[in-house]
Amino acid sequence: MGRREIHLRLNGGDRRVEVEDQTLLIELVRGVGLIGTKLSCDMQVCGACTVLLDGRPVSSCTTLAIEADGKPVETIEGLADGAKLHPLQEAFIERFAFQCGYCTPGIIVTAKALLDADPEPGAERVRQWMEGNICRCTGYQTIVDAVLDAAEQLRSAR
Amino acid sequence: MTEDRKVAGTSARRVDGVAKVTGAARYTVDLSVPGMAYASVVRSTRAHARIANIDTAAAAASPGVLRVLTGQDLLTAGLIPYYGHVVLDHPVLAIERVRFHGEPVALVVAETRREAAEAAELVDVAYDELPAVIDADDALKTDAPILHEQRGERVGDEGMDQGEGGLVGNVCAIARVGWGDVDAAFKKAHLVLEGEYRYPKLYGYAMEPYNALAFFDQGDLVVYSSAQHVYMVRRDLARMFHLPLARVRVSAPYVGGGYGTKSYTKVEGMTAAAAHFTGRPVKLDLSVEEAILTTRSASARIRARSAFSADGLLLARDFEIVMNAGAYTDNTPLVNSKTANRCFGPYRIPALRVVARSMFTNTVPSSSLRGFGAPQGNIAGELQMDEAAAKLGIDPVELRMRNIVGPGEEFMPGKRPLDADLKDDLRCLASALEWPGGTIGRSIGLGVSASDAGAYPTSTAAVRIHSDTSVTLFTGSTELGQGSRTVLSQIVAEEMGLPLGSVGVVSGDTGVVTYERTTGASRTTTITGRAVQEACRDARRRVRELAAQTLEVPLAEIEDTAGGIRARGRELSYGEVIERWFGAGGEVLGHGAVRRAEGFAMMPPFYEIGCSGLELSVDRETGQVHITKLTTVGDVGFAINPSLVHGQDAGAAMMGLGAALHEELVYDGEQLANPNVVDYRVPRFSDLPDQVIHLLAERRDGSGPYGAKGAGEGAGNTIGGSVASAIGRLIGVFPHELPATPERVWQLMRQAEKKD
Repeated sequence: MGRREIHLRLNGGDRRVEVEDQTLLIELVRGVGLIGTKLSCDMQVCGACTVLLDGRPVSSCTTLAIEADGKPVETIEGLADGAKLHPLQEAFIERFAFQCGYCTPGIIVTAKALLDADPEPGAERVRQWMEGNICRCTGYQTIVDAVLDAAEQLRSAR
Repeated sequence: MTEDRKVAGTSARRVDGVAKVTGAARYTVDLSVPGMAYASVVRSTRAHARIANIDTAAAAASPGVLRVLTGQDLLTAGLIPYYGHVVLDHPVLAIERVRFHGEPVALVVAETRREAAEAAELVDVAYDELPAVIDADDALKTDAPILHEQRGERVGDEGMDQGEGGLVGNVCAIARVGWGDVDAAFKKAHLVLEGEYRYPKLYGYAMEPYNALAFFDQGDLVVYSSAQHVYMVRRDLARMFHLPLARVRVSAPYVGGGYGTKSYTKVEGMTAAAAHFTGRPVKLDLSVEEAILTTRSASARIRARSAFSADGLLLARDFEIVMNAGAYTDNTPLVNSKTANRCFGPYRIPALRVVARSMFTNTVPSSSLRGFGAPQGNIAGELQMDEAAAKLGIDPVELRMRNIVGPGEEFMPGKRPLDADLKDDLRCLASALEWPGGTIGRSIGLGVSASDAGAYPTSTAAVRIHSDTSVTLFTGSTELGQGSRTVLSQIVAEEMGLPLGSVGVVSGDTGVVTYERTTGASRTTTITGRAVQEACRDARRRVRELAAQTLEVPLAEIEDTAGGIRARGRELSYGEVIERWFGAGGEVLGHGAVRRAEGFAMMPPFYEIGCSGLELSVDRETGQVHITKLTTVGDVGFAINPSLVHGQDAGAAMMGLGAALHEELVYDGEQLANPNVVDYRVPRFSDLPDQVIHLLAERRDGSGPYGAKGAGEGAGNTIGGSVASAIGRLIGVFPHELPATPERVWQLMRQAEKKD
C-alpha cells in the first residue's frame, strides 16, 4: 500500500494532495472539504458522485484518485463564480428542478458536461445524456426543462 | 382576504435553493466532529437462527479497533436494547436470536472507516439454524415457525397503535373495517367480481442512505441523523439510555430523501450505543445495500370481491388482505390499518367488509413508504371498478361518477366527511387525458383515492421577532426536499406582513425547536402550518401589548399593519416597538400549538386526494410498457406554493410508475436477490413520460392555512391501478400483479390470445 503525492487542477486551482493507492476520487474531493459531491449507490449507476475529470463526467465513487494526477477536476463547487451562480444553477432554482438536493450536484455537473459539448441540445438529447443520473424526488421533467433553459441562457450570453 | 395575500399562493423560490445547487447544503452524511470514530455493522448470514456464539476476539485485536459491541453488551450495561414506536420488539443489535438475513448482530467501532469495515469481517458468529418463513401466507399456517413467541411491550401510542389486540401466531397486526349486511348484498347483486391482486415489496431508495453521528456532551446524548421524525427518535433514545427527554438532542440537517423510509428510529440506537461504550463521537454510514436491509415497504396480497347493480351502483365490497410485515413490528400496525381504510375507495358502499392482516416473516422489516397502504389497496379497489365497467358495458369514468362520494359526505362512519370535490377532480383529469382516448395502440388508465391522513394533529411552533423586524421560525418539521422550510416561511411572511427574505427557519433539532410529532403523512403544510399561524398570531398579540404599554395607549386602539402596528395615527414596525419597550435590543416570542380539538377534532385531520392517470402503449413483441402521457390533479385546497405542489405530485407519480412497471424486492430463498440499485431498478430519465401535465384543484376546502390540505402521496396512490387498467384495456387481460414487467405483460398477451 503506497502513498504518493498527486497534482491536480481542482476547480481551477493547483493542488497537491497526498493519497494512498486505493484512495477514491470521491474520498479525495470530500476529504478537502468539497462535500457537494455525494456518495449513494457506490456502483456507478446513480450519478450522485459525478465530477468532471478532464472535462468528462465520471463516477468519483469508482475512480481512483491517482487517475486524476496531472488532470483538471471540476466539482459542483467550481461552477459558481463567487456569489454569481452558473446559469444551470439559476435554472435549477427557477424551475424547482431539485427537492432533497442530494442528487443535484451530480446532475448539474453532468448537465454542464453536456452543455460544454453541445450548446444546443434538444429535450431528447438531454434525457439521453442524463440517463446515468438518478433523481428520486422530482420525476425528471423539471430537470430537463432547467437544462434547456440554461442552454438558451448560455447561448444568448455568448 | 384572499386578494390581499402577498406571499402565500405564489411559487416563491425555495429558501434552500442556493445551498442545494451549489453543493453547500449539509446533510448528516457530511458532518464530522473532532475525535470521531467510525462504526461498521456485522450482519446476520441466516434468516432465522439462535446465536450460539459471537467470537469478537480477532476483530477486537484488529488495527484501530476501539470496541466490538453485541446486543448482550447493551443488556449487561442495563440499557434498554429494543426500540419501536408501537411495540418495543426491535433489538438495536440482535439478542440471542436473528430473525432476518442482514439483521445487525454486532457493531465494530474503529479509528477509521476502513479499519472498522475490515474488522467487521473478522467477527465470527456461530448460529443454530431455525426454520424460516419468508412468505406471508406461509406465516399464517398453523405449523409455521413463530418469530415472536413473546410479544414486545406495547408503547401505547394512540395515534400509531392501530388495530385489534389479542394477536397470536405470526400475526403482527389485524384491522377490520365494515358495515352493512355484506353477504345479503352479494346475494342480490347483478354482477359479482372476484379477484386476487398483488403489490410488491418496495425499497424507497432515498439517495442518502441511513446514517447518524452520535456523541455525549456533558452527559447529554446528541445525535445527528438522517431521520424524518426527530422527536420519535428522541423518545426511543431516551428510553434506551434512561435519560429524560430534555437530555437527548436529535437533529436532522438537510435530509437526502425520505418518502416515509426515514420515519422512526433506524441506526440512531446503534450509533449512540457505540458512543456510549467508547466515549467517542461515532459516525455510522450505511451503504445502499445495508439501507435495503434496514427498511422496505410491505407487499400485499388482496382477495377482493365487489357487488354491483345492473346500472353500475356498488352494493357491497369485501376485501381480505394479507401483508408481509417482515421481522419486527415497526410501523406495521398503522400501515396495516391504513391499507384497510384505503382499499375500497371514496365510494358510497352500502355494505363493506375488510380484514387486513400483516404477518411477521423472516424478511427485512417493513415500515412506512409514500402512501403507506394506499397503493397496495388501491390496485384492488380501483381495478375492480375498471373490470366491472368492462363487464357492465359502462364507461369506467361514468361508473366512478355514479358511485363517488360528494363533498361533505361521510363515507366512513364516524370519520371526517370528505373535504374534496372528487367528481370535479375526476372530470378535470378525464378532460386533460382526453378520455376515452382513441389513438390506435394506446390506452388510458386513471383512478381516484382519498386517504385518511395518518397524521395525529399534535404540532407546535415558535417565532421570534427580532429588533430589526426580521423573524425566525422554529419548527420540529424536517426538510426532506418537500419544501417545508419554504412553505412554512411563506406562511410566516404572510401572517407577519413581511417579505420572505426577512424570515429565517430553524428546523428539525429537538434541542432547539418546538415539538412536532412527525414529518410524514403529508401533514406539514396542513397541521404544522396551522401551528405556525398560531405562533405568528401570538407574537403579534405580544407586540400589540408591548406597544400599548410603551405608547400608553389602550390595547384596543392598537391595530396590526404589515410588519408592525398602528395607533392614533402613528405607525411603528415590530422592531421599533421592541426597542422602545426594552430600551435597547430585545425580541418577542410567539408560541403556537394545535391539538386534536377544534378544526382538528375529527379524524382524519384531512383526506389526501389522489386523482391521477396516464396513457400508455405496449410493445406487442416484448411486453414493454411505454408511458405516453401522465396527468395529475393536485386537489390541495389551496396551493401555498404551486410549484412545490407540482413537484410533490410529479415525484409521487413517478415513484408510483416505478412500482407499477419495474420495482420489486425479490427473495431468492431466504435472502434478497436484488439488494442494490442495479438489480432493483428505479425510474430513470428514460422513464419520463412523453408528456406530463400537473393540474391544481383549489377550492379552499382543507383544514390547513388558507384552506390548504396535504400533498405528496396522493398523486402516486392511483398509479399502479391506472397502469394495470390501461394495460388491461389494451391487451384484453387486466394484470392483477405489479410490477407489470415486460415478461408479465408478455405472458398476459399470450393468455389473451388463447382466450380469443
